[in-house]
Formats: sequence, structure tokens, C-alpha cells
Amino acid sequence: MTSKLPDISNSETILSMNAVETARAIREQKVTSEEVVRRIFENIDERESIIHAYVSFWKEEALEKARECDKKVREYLERIGGQTGETSDVGMPENTGLPPLLGVPVAVKDNLLFSGKRTACGSKMLENYVPPYTATCVEKLEEAGAIIIGKTNMDEFGMGVSTENSYFGATSHPLDPDCVPGGSSGGSAAAVAAGEALAALGTDTGGSIRQPAAFCGLVGLRPTYGSVSRHGLVAFSSSMDTAGPITRGSVDAAVLFNIVKGRDPKDQTSASSPDIDISAMESYSVRGKRIAIPKQLSGVSDDASADGKKGPLFSHDVLNAVQTARAILEENGAVVEEIDMPVLEYAVPIYYILSSAEASSNLSRYDGIRYGYRDPEAKDLSELYTRTRSSGFGLEVKRRILLGNYVLSSEHFEDIYRKAEKARNLVKTAFDDAFSKYDLLLSPASPMTAPKKGENTDPLAAYCSDLCTVPSSLAGIPSISFPFGKSSEGLPIGLQLMGRRSGEQEILGAARFFEKLGKIAEEAES
Amino acid sequence: MSEFEMVVGLEVHVELKTRSKIFCSCPTRFGGDPNAHICEVCAGLPGALPRLNKKVLDYAIMTSLSLHCEVTKESRFDRKNYFYPDLPKGYQISQLYAPIGRNGYMDIDISDPAGSSAVKRIRIHELHMEDDAGKLIHDETGNRTMIDFSRCGVPLLEIVTEPDFRSPEEVVSFLTELRTMLKFIGVSDCKMQEGSLRADVNLSVRAAGDPVLGTRTEMKNLSSFRAVSKAIGYESARQWEIVRNGGTIDRETRRWDEEKEASFAMRKKEDAAEYKYFPEPDLPVLRITGEKIDELRCVLPELPQDRRKRYIEELHLPEYDAGILTANKEITVLFERTAEICGDPKEASNWIMVDLMKLLNDTGTLPEDLKIRGSSLGEIIVLVKDGKVSRASGKELLKAAFMEDAIPSEYADQHDLWLISDEKLLEEIVEKVLENNEKARNEYLAGKTKNFQFLLGQAMRETKGKADPGLLRKILEEKM
Repeated sequence: MTSKLPDISNSETILSMNAVETARAIREQKVTSEEVVRRIFENIDERESIIHAYVSFWKEEALEKARECDKKVREYLERIGGQTGETSDVGMPENTGLPPLLGVPVAVKDNLLFSGKRTACGSKMLENYVPPYTATCVEKLEEAGAIIIGKTNMDEFGMGVSTENSYFGATSHPLDPDCVPGGSSGGSAAAVAAGEALAALGTDTGGSIRQPAAFCGLVGLRPTYGSVSRHGLVAFSSSMDTAGPITRGSVDAAVLFNIVKGRDPKDQTSASSPDIDISAMESYSVRGKRIAIPKQLSGVSDDASADGKKGPLFSHDVLNAVQTARAILEENGAVVEEIDMPVLEYAVPIYYILSSAEASSNLSRYDGIRYGYRDPEAKDLSELYTRTRSSGFGLEVKRRILLGNYVLSSEHFEDIYRKAEKARNLVKTAFDDAFSKYDLLLSPASPMTAPKKGENTDPLAAYCSDLCTVPSSLAGIPSISFPFGKSSEGLPIGLQLMGRRSGEQEILGAARFFEKLGKIAEEAES
Repeated sequence: MSEFEMVVGLEVHVELKTRSKIFCSCPTRFGGDPNAHICEVCAGLPGALPRLNKKVLDYAIMTSLSLHCEVTKESRFDRKNYFYPDLPKGYQISQLYAPIGRNGYMDIDISDPAGSSAVKRIRIHELHMEDDAGKLIHDETGNRTMIDFSRCGVPLLEIVTEPDFRSPEEVVSFLTELRTMLKFIGVSDCKMQEGSLRADVNLSVRAAGDPVLGTRTEMKNLSSFRAVSKAIGYESARQWEIVRNGGTIDRETRRWDEEKEASFAMRKKEDAAEYKYFPEPDLPVLRITGEKIDELRCVLPELPQDRRKRYIEELHLPEYDAGILTANKEITVLFERTAEICGDPKEASNWIMVDLMKLLNDTGTLPEDLKIRGSSLGEIIVLVKDGKVSRASGKELLKAAFMEDAIPSEYADQHDLWLISDEKLLEEIVEKVLENNEKARNEYLAGKTKNFQFLLGQAMRETKGKADPGLLRKILEEKM
């Protein structure tokens, strides 16, 4: 069989394919998994010293797995008499008898457990922590044939917007190493953008998939809360944490989502959700669709800064991109309207109150008693706790723990936490109202493109930059960020589409629509 | 009349006897090595999530119903945050804002020894579910502390009463009644020594008649009803001594030392942790339907108090007997089955109250370990009533059934306990006795009536005591 191999061995062809195309090429023996993995590790060797997308990877083990995958393909083809079962261009390989991502190298954020591999969450606290079990979503990826090749860098416990808050050092933007890749899933985004993985899993609490995907010119899907199991996702804010794909395109995102989603008895907040129909995505049309642009999320309300409220500054390029997208939608028959959602002005404080409250409790288990970092100098129990936690956690994490403790204290619980809880319900209601009239909501994924490293010194400004992504986190609805042109500095701009609960099909379809337009434009240019 | 009054409320922790833990599938019964029965959930590893054991919810609802509580339709869990080495998650999953049961009560017997009977209603403030913590083991020789997490996640119910108790006797009566009930409905073993029933006592004192409540203390480490009673006596006296001398009571948690028979301050309330309760985001709201409640109400057995009332009113048993027969699940089951088989509740009660209780006392057997079945005791009673065996043989059969679960009819066969009820045979025996005792017979006929007993005795001896006494007497009367 090996004699038939391969009619594509050109490495640039390897890197030009997305995850689904690569999987198909491997199944059809146009390329071997081993070649793909080898090429990915060449990239890692070349770029990792600058990018630092990974906190750990395992080349030999990955190559071994790749050879096993290639063997499975050979054995399968021998069994069925040499025909490749697949005809479809995209999507799940029906009737092939081989798993959909067989042999495809994928990276996983370092807060998703992978049995036997260190999971440190960007923290000194877990610098040497090796989990005894695997997260459900990672297990599902493996069952789908993907080869997990490494764990990606992140802001400590997911708290940050730049991947600069990592105990293991910052990650660089693949297009401009002086810039940040976004965060907290900055390692996952950088790995995919730098060709150091074909796809990645990230996690998103307040925007940690969507914002780095936007900065790095990728597609980032934050699924409906509960559609992907949190079992094995190291908790930051339990009521908002989700795992989801960061990929080169929307079809990859859809396929990965189909793989990792599903009700899990080990997560009682999880629920099943409909499969994404890839061909329906391909034929998605915006004609007749009603699409709203919440003005609170698109920089229109300049009065916010006028009356002293701190709001993020939207870059002109980003705002222009929204208007361009609007014009395209209208040209293609959609009805686009700007809507007022006043409660979203409070989305950032609501998000930081609730997520920090949950984080302060979720991070209590890191106490130096059973696993993880323990301060060696402690003389008694009280010192063991304070010293371990003072030096084991980074500054941002400690800030959130303090904030969380403050809002949960008996003195402030009613006037801060309960109020935020009620306001969160108002956010949900506001989205319910919006989706009773509109099919989709459109906004920037971030008010700006990737900033320079070291610029992010004011925590409040960093919190405010989450404005576009935290509303759907609070509401638990799905949202996707997708690349839409570049800024004057040549950095990618990301737009965001938000949909109804379990409305992934709709947002993926619309993202695919824009993606195809972009491809057509590129082809016209060349 | 006492010069002061104590005001007491209880927080009772009950370990539920589910097979697996409250939030994972680790077993609750354990032995062997420490930490042998833990997983990522109960050991609080990163990334682990709780999943509620449905049986725990069922048991909590059954207990709520038995304590006449309102079952909360939308109940949920909350996190109680504090640091302690035996608490691996850094928080306990408990219920503060929407506990499963609220506003219930239980009536207790407060009859005084002089005999006047009275009932007092103790209000239940709430009932909630939570997970237990691990155990610290202090290694004296190595001067270090180790942790066994096996108990982590064992399901607990906490039952909180209103401060309705005014004496240690009332508290003990309540705990006794509660234990009987919980064992009856099968949700807990309630072994205080083993910690499956733990009671914390909140107590304050005030001058008799004073409507204002005093400052209360909380007492822990009470491992028997006796300890509860002693500790209440001690603490109320201690507090009153302070108050009477113009001092103030510190709001504090105290630990009862059973050996020293005294309580000692553990921590002041101002040192107490700020628990930062908030809704547990990892577990969905528990929506409890009316159907669910009805379904569980149906599987609940008749409660001891209701049963007691029925025994008195419908079976006309004395109050005392009704109390004994319902104080324990095994005895109640035995009584009901016995009464059903023999059709005579009064007789069933007599046999249990007198003969069986004596056997229990003599052998030091606990009711939980009873071997005898109601069908056996019922059969024995019928055999005695029908004159198939003598009352003395009946007792022998009872003992055999009690000791080795012997089947009464088989045992009677093996040990030749059957009475002779063959009329022809008895007639022949009587005639023979009369022939041999002509003198006694003639004296009787002349009016010496007590000779009848003598002749009856002679006839009975002739049968080696196995004659049906009623039949024998009848035949003797006829022959005379």
C-alpha cells in the first residue's frame, strides 16, 4: 500500500489545508498523518522560540500516534478493497468507517485535562500538577482520531485578555511578535495561526476563545453554555465557562463542535444540542434574515465616555468593518437594524462581579494541602494557606479572588452580588427580546485589533475591552468570531455573531457566508 | 419552681444510608485503608464536577414529609466557603437559600413520671442536604497530622429545630423519636456512637418568665443521648451562674468533653469564618413536582406516631404497650405480622410485651438482631389458643424460634410437645384413674369438691402432662 503514497508531499500544500481537508487527505492517502505531524513540528521548532504558543508538547509520542493512524487508514482501505469511501468535500466522513479527524494534529489549552500530561493553567500553583483523568471534550477529540500534540499557553486560570498573565511567560502574536495574541486562549490561537497546529481547543468565560481568534485572524466558536461538557475543564467561573474550537475556518469549527458537544453525565449542567448540518451551512443565505447591531457593542454611544464612565475605545478600522459587513448583508438581502440594549452598558461590571465571585470559590482548592505548589517556609496551617496562596497565584488571579471575596462577604452580598445576579437576568431578557425580532446579532469581537505587548497595564481598561464578548457569556448564548479584513497596521479584525440558545447552526452558517465572500474577493484580487 | 429557664434548639446531622456518595459514585460504606474510596470529585481535584445522587434527594424529601415540612418546589444548593484541611474543595456544598424542607414539626411525649401524659410540638425550622468532610488523624508519635478523605461526600441531612426545648428531657425525647422515625423510613442507621447521628445544641438561659432571649452558645461533640442530656444540664447551669452574678455570656462554640463531663470554649463567634455563601453554579436547580412528592409519600411507611395512635384507638392496646411496640422498627414489624397471623392483636401484644421482651433482656439481644418471624409467633399463639400445645410448650416454642428461628410445628413434632386431644383415649385414662382412686371419687361425690383437682391432676400425670387441659376437665366432669 505504501507504494501508492502520496501524491501530495509538498509541505506548503500540507499547511494550506484546514483540519477537515487534512483529515480527508489522510483518509484518501494523499498525505500521511506522519508527514502532517512532522511538518507541524518543523513549524514548532522554527517558530516556538518566538511565539511560545505551547507550554508543553510531545513530538515523538505524536509521531507514534500518527503512524498508528496511517496504519488504520491502510488497514481500512485493504479491508474495503482500496476504495476511499468518501466523496463529500466537507464535513463528517460518512460511511468511511474511519473517525472524522483521524491523524490530525490538534492543540489543547492548558486548562483542559489530559491524563498523564501536566495541566498547569498558566499558574505556578499547578506547575507540577499531572491529572489522573482526561476532560470529556479532549477525550471526544481523541475518539474522533485527533492527535493531541501539546498544551497551549494561557492567562493564569483564564484570567486575562493577552496571555501575558502566564507564569510560563507571554505568548507572541504570529503576525507581529511585538503584539499580544489575545487571551486567555492566546496559546491556542497563536498555535493555529502560526501553523503549529491544525486546530485547537480553547475555553471561553468572558471572551477567551473569541477575542484571541479575532486578534489572530481565526474562527473562534463559543458554544451555547452547557452544550460542551465542563468535566475536566479547570473551573474559573462555573456558570460561564465553555470549551470550544479555535480554527482556520468555520467548517473546521463546526466539525470540532459536533465532535466535542453532547450531554455528559459527569456534568449536570450539560445538555445535548442538535448536530450542525455542514451542507446546510454551505448553502446558508442571508436573504430575508433579520440582523441587529446592538449599539452598545459597536462604539456608537460616545456619550458613555462623556459622562465619565469608563468605556473601551473602538478603533476606526473595527467600526468601519462593522459598517462594511452591514452593507454586504444588506446587498445580499438581509435586513440590518441598529438596536438599543441599554442593560449591556452594565455587562462588564456584572460579568466581573459574578465571574470573580465564582472564581474566588473555585480557586479555594489550591491551598497547598493535597497537590500543587506548597510554600516550603510555612510553620503552621494558617501560614501554609497564606504563604502558598500569596506566592502560588499571580497578581491578576489574586485581584479577582479579592474582588470575589469582597462581593460575597456578608456585608456586600445583597447589594453587589445579588444585584449583579438580577442584572444578569435582565441581560438574558434583553437577548430574548432581541431574538424574538432578529435572527442574529452582529458586533465587533473586540473593540480593537491586537495591541502591543506591555500596553495592558491598567486592569480596568483590560476589563472594559471585554465589552463585546461578555454579554453572550452572561446570557449563555452561542457566539462566533470570524476574521473580517485587516487594520491599517495589517492586523486581523474579527467580527462577532451571536445567536439564540443552541443556535450554532445559524451563526456558523452566517460566518461561512462571510468566509466565502472573502475567498471570492481574494480570488478576484489574485 | 426553677428560678431560670433554658431555651434550646438543635442542629441534627444525619448520615444517610445511601450506597454511594452524594456527588459521586464512590461507596459510602468503607473500611480498610484511608483514602481507599475517593475519586476526583470527592477529593476535589481540578476540573471535577459534582453530580447529585438521586437517592439522596428522595431520602431528603421523605424525611421532610415525615417531619411535616413544606417541600421546596425549586430547591438548590449553595456553597459554604471556608478553609480547612479536611475540606478538599475549599467549600462545602450545602443549602442555605432554598433548603429542601421548611416549616415542619414533630410532636414529642413529655409525660411526667407521675403518669400524666402530655405532648409537645417541636417546630422544625428547616431541613437541608450537604456533603460531609474528611477526617484528620493526628499521629502523636510522628507529631504530624494526616487526612483521610474517604468520608468526604458522604450524604448528610441537617435538621434544624426552632428553639422550642425547655429541658434536657425534652431534647432526649425528641432525639429518640427522631431516631425511631428515621430508622423506620429507612433513610439512616442513626448510630450516634458511629457518628451517623450528630446533634449540636444551641442553648441560652433567662430568668423564668423573661420574654427576652439570652445570648446562646453552640455545643458540639455530643456522641450519645446521655452526653446530650449531661451537656445541657452543665451548660445551662454554667450560663445561669454567670448571668446570676451579673456577667455576660459569650457567643461561642463549645466542645463537650465526655470524660471530664464539662464543656470548653472552642472558638468565639467573632473568630468564626465568614462563609461567603452563594448559589452552587455546578448543580442545576432542583425542580420538585407534585407527582414526585406524591410518589414518595406513597412509599413512606406509616410513621411510628401515627401507628401508636392507631394501636391505642383501634386495637385498644394500653398506651404503654403501644409505645413499646412502635419504638422500634423490628418490633413493630414483628407485632403487625404476628397480629395478622393470629388474628388477635391483644394476644400478640401480650406475648411480645411479656415473653419476648424477657428473652431480649435475658439474652441482651438488640431488636435489630431479632431472628424470630411474625409468622412463627403468630402460629405459636394460635397453637396455644387452640389447645394444640400448652402455654408452657408455647413458651418453649417461642424460645426456639427466638434463638434459632425454629419453625413451631416442626419443633413441636421433634420435641413431642403436642397435647392429647383424642377423646376416646382420654376417656380411657379418666376411667382408669377413677377405678384406682375410688376413695377420692366417693369423697368428692359426698361433697368434698377439692378432690376434683386431685383427680384431674392424677389424670394429667397419667398423660405425662400432654392432655388438652380443657378437654380432660370436661371428660372428668362427665365421668363423675
